[in-house]
Amino acid sequence: MVKVNGTELDIAGKTLTEYLATTNYDMKRIAVERNGDIVPKAQYGETVLQDGDSLEVVSFVGGG
Amino acid sequence: MVLPTKDEWIKALTERHGKELQQAFSSATVAICGLGGLGSNIAIALTRAGIGKLILIDFDRVDITNLHRQQYKAEQIGMYKTVALAKNLKEIAPYISLEIHTERITEDNALTLLQDADIICEAFDDAECKAMLTEIVLTEMRDKYLVAASGLAGLYDANRIKTRKVTSKFYLCGDEKSDVADGIGLVSSRVMICAAHQAHTVLRILANNFEE
Repeated sequence: MVKVNGTELDIAGKTLTEYLATTNYDMKRIAVERNGDIVPKAQYGETVLQDGDSLEVVSFVGGG
Repeated sequence: MVLPTKDEWIKALTERHGKELQQAFSSATVAICGLGGLGSNIAIALTRAGIGKLILIDFDRVDITNLHRQQYKAEQIGMYKTVALAKNLKEIAPYISLEIHTERITEDNALTLLQDADIICEAFDDAECKAMLTEIVLTEMRDKYLVAASGLAGLYDANRIKTRKVTSKFYLCGDEKSDVADGIGLVSSRVMICAAHQAHTVLRILANNFEE
């Protein structure tokens, strides 16, 4: 199981790109933290989610 | 009116904050990326606190539509925000060190522009720019802290705006929901609350006082 924003999901073995494709996140507006580190967007396709991983997807909204 | 000397200035801040804390503030360099509602208010709070040096970055000019929330004056319409804000900050605290860059921050120039900063405040308007800067700072400048903002628009409850520690170097301020594209847009008081969260987070990082 992989914890995503606090919820356990059965997505171990998928790449980050594969998981994000199942969501409604706008890829240009997010930052993804995996086990304490931000994952560069160029590495989403090669990042394979492991059992026990903790992910947090920060989705930015506009305004400043 | 004769301005206080630099020694008098430092003495007043030291009496307020204590020597150790004031030295932490005055030896810090903080970059502010975007000088709109967030950035201009962050800059004023940090200037008043006695931060040693601010790096101010924005490509834009002051517009009449900015004045409902940004810390500029009617007479400054048309000026570059970097130049106008530098003038306003020097009027508040004449001895602060300022470095201004009147250009757009991109993936190509961010490392150079931000290299001297200890802490970087993300204060852009655009969500894609926020995500871009977050990735660059946290993956390519791993010794630096990022204090970013997301979700500060509208007249929603002020108490929804929070500061959250996402990673050891990444703090996020805002309600993470209220988008400028929805509803009535930006309101000065709520923008100032979020900017104050960001400035306060900077001071707490420098004070090494980030226990919950």
